[in-house]
Amino acid sequence: MTRQSIALIKALTVLACLIPFGQLMARAFGIGDLGANPVQEVLHTLGRTGLNVLIITLAVTPIRRGTGLNWLVGLRRTLGLAAFGYILLHATTYAVLEQGLAWDSLLVDITQRPYITFGFLGLLLMVPLAVTSTNAMQRRLGPKWVKLHRLVYVIGVLGVLHFFWQVKIDATEPILYGIVLTLLLAHRASGWIKRRQRLGATTAL
Amino acid sequence: MLIKRPQDIKSSEITPESTFKQRRALLKAALAMGLIKAAGASAQELRPNDPTEDGRLTGLQPWPGDVDAEPTAFEHVTGYNNYYEFGTGKTDPARYAHTLKPHPWTVTVDGEADRTGTFAFEDLIKGHTLEERIYRFRCVEAWSMVVPWVGFPLGDLLRSFQPNSRANYVQFFTLNDAEQMPGVRYPVLRWPYREGLTIAEAMHPLTLLTVGLYGQVLPNQNGAPLRLIVPWKYGFKSIKSIVRIRFMEEQPQTSWNMANAREYGFYSNVNPDKDHPRWSQASERVLGGGLFASRVPSLLFNGYADQVASLYTGLDLMANY
Repeated sequence: MTRQSIALIKALTVLACLIPFGQLMARAFGIGDLGANPVQEVLHTLGRTGLNVLIITLAVTPIRRGTGLNWLVGLRRTLGLAAFGYILLHATTYAVLEQGLAWDSLLVDITQRPYITFGFLGLLLMVPLAVTSTNAMQRRLGPKWVKLHRLVYVIGVLGVLHFFWQVKIDATEPILYGIVLTLLLAHRASGWIKRRQRLGATTAL
Repeated sequence: MLIKRPQDIKSSEITPESTFKQRRALLKAALAMGLIKAAGASAQELRPNDPTEDGRLTGLQPWPGDVDAEPTAFEHVTGYNNYYEFGTGKTDPARYAHTLKPHPWTVTVDGEADRTGTFAFEDLIKGHTLEERIYRFRCVEAWSMVVPWVGFPLGDLLRSFQPNSRANYVQFFTLNDAEQMPGVRYPVLRWPYREGLTIAEAMHPLTLLTVGLYGQVLPNQNGAPLRLIVPWKYGFKSIKSIVRIRFMEEQPQTSWNMANAREYGFYSNVNPDKDHPRWSQASERVLGGGLFASRVPSLLFNGYADQVASLYTGLDLMANY
């Protein structure tokens, strides 16, 4: 992989991440429409897209390991920031368009409705990851950076729970997300366990 | 009587909303001036009850109790539905309900009544005066719409079955046919879909046995050919495509209550003070309001408290939700 082709792939990734947003904007302002309940349509589309991109972000490392395509790691930051962007827009849509910035009812939602508590917590945990996503921060934090960014798995779990808890009764979709997330988590966990065992074996020698 | 399937109706044949509104304004003015007779006053002479061949219902009796609000657009009323027998997505029913065959249709009446049996749809509505009533419709999911329904009071039909003294409740069942309803292959809810009312609720003059909306026979996705509309309760109480009516002594089972009793009570009256365990019921989103419309406060009994609150005197509405 040459430097130029990696730069090109990164640019294409950014573009690809912007497509769902573009589609939504097009539906909101003219081309097509958002149906009978546009606020909910925007809210759910942003949330679902955020979760999709987050899952793709989590899949980067397993795919890289499995395929040996090491340059894939360079897409992780772009994807992670895109997921953060969608989740942030999702939360903003909820606060502004859905709740009309009614602070008292927002406070009740965040503190008393578990699915919103989970979603809000997930969003909060994404902030330090976004802030420390630069090369400079990665260098400065060193090994701590890796530990900190493992939070992304907690965020994924919170996101799926948030989705699962708000569906009325048909949980097929969040359960599918849950299965994918569990597989990704299991893959990472088995990697950590193997490494720890190897490490243990070395120290024993 | 021949009822065409709603998908055979060309969109050009459906009364445009503007015409619909003008017509209603005229009818109301005429009603107010005493030029035409009010509901109940020998309305039979005024017009035929039968739908025309293209599914339009003509000469409907206007109703003085209409909600003073713009009816929700026809495309939303018929395009944004919960009808899990055709899928759990809001647009699934409009997409998939064409497989429902609302004609011929029969309804079985059984239980605590003197006149029971299986009746043809036509025989059930024969002799009843079809009224057009604009009701608020509030979903338990905290969205709402305003719909011009067509029907007649359920009580008028129920009395004809001569319920006996043990008939304290009425249970209703939706069709359960996997051939016509792809959704019933999945156990999302307990099929057949069932609902229930106390006999007093069922006999209340606001409880509408509904055969149409927007001046035409019910589209399949809205519960053709025969459904309930109980305007002071959450929408899921207003059962669709009814095939069985059962008079009962004990409180009947209802599908949502069986699925989750904590979230969906037997009464399920609209009550802004009693939140759903997972979301607020204090306000609602009116469909068709656009991206920047605010939610509006929800009303006790969906705004029909003056008419129905007396049904629940002495009942703790927070405990009996």
